[in-house]
Amino acid sequence: MVTAPNELTYNSKIEGDVVVTRADAAINWVRNHSMWPMPMGLACCAIELMATASSRYDIARFGAEVMRFSPRQSDCMIVAGTVTYKMATALRRIYDQMAEPKWVIAMGACASTGGMYRSYAVLQGVDRIVPVDVYVSGCPPRPEALLDALMKLQNKVKRERSASKLFHKSA
Amino acid sequence: MTDAAPAVAQNFPSASPRPSLDCPAWNVPPADALALLKSLRDDSGYDMLVDVTAIDWSAEKSPRFTVVWHLYSTTAHRYVRIAAECASAADPVMPSATGLWPAANWHERETFDMFGIKFAGHPDLRRILMWDAYPYFPLRKEFPLAGIPTDLPDPDIAAGMKAKVIPAPMAGGPFVATPGGAMSDAEPRAKDESWNEGREKK
Repeated sequence: MVTAPNELTYNSKIEGDVVVTRADAAINWVRNHSMWPMPMGLACCAIELMATASSRYDIARFGAEVMRFSPRQSDCMIVAGTVTYKMATALRRIYDQMAEPKWVIAMGACASTGGMYRSYAVLQGVDRIVPVDVYVSGCPPRPEALLDALMKLQNKVKRERSASKLFHKSA
Repeated sequence: MTDAAPAVAQNFPSASPRPSLDCPAWNVPPADALALLKSLRDDSGYDMLVDVTAIDWSAEKSPRFTVVWHLYSTTAHRYVRIAAECASAADPVMPSATGLWPAANWHERETFDMFGIKFAGHPDLRRILMWDAYPYFPLRKEFPLAGIPTDLPDPDIAAGMKAKVIPAPMAGGPFVATPGGAMSDAEPRAKDESWNEGREKK
């Protein structure tokens, strides 16, 4: 006597419509390929940031072309330029307004370390007030360097345990 | 109008010529400064206020602060410089030129921000570059370039971050350019490299 199988078995009708993957891989893939930047353009690095978005370098190839001037809609803050102490609190406030998950690229010498501005007015590295994921050297960095930073950030996001963060809060 | 010198000499006996390498310049007592500026604007054609700034001759010198105005004539295309010394070093005060040129407003706010010179009669004398609660005047001679530790502008962000305004690491700086020689050697750099790639930044 033959009984109907009550466990999940191979079903030829849904073949081709199912992909088996880890939740981490799927979530990170989505995050990676649509990383909307918050262009925190504060000095000359912002010019290179704009060049990176333009046709010659085309940051859209990496899914990060949608520059959002609203922190509510952006994933990755690109701090491009000199951060003064007066601006630093505004920058932190904008970072706080960004929705999780969020990342920060410190673009150029000033954002990374204060750069040549060893001065009473300049924050000596944006990592003193926001957590930085990728630092880019250069004064200013070329667009290729920013694209490289974006790819490095994507590699970092690829390795994140996104799902376990969601499902196992205590872990 | 070409030369303001005869009119200044005739109408302002208190003004004395000031050594200058470029344009005509006069020293004037603070009480006469506004009258001289107004006369230059109305009678001599110096219709544009180009700059208001100050000089700090250091705490030992008396008088310590000198306020400097630069005027330009848009018709004769020439400049003139007026300087007036603040009477008090502890509480430097200078009459405000905002009544003569609206442009003086932000210049005087900047001079107040950097030197702490108060402009009597200014409609809104607040800091313009540093934040309002900043306790120092950065362009005074005794103020170090690296800065003095103080609090961040925003108290709640400062509390959340536990961050403060710290003295900038000077690393043997300020950075000095060495002219001549190879371009790579002529870039501005610290003469004393107490930290570099080989040694950790403290």
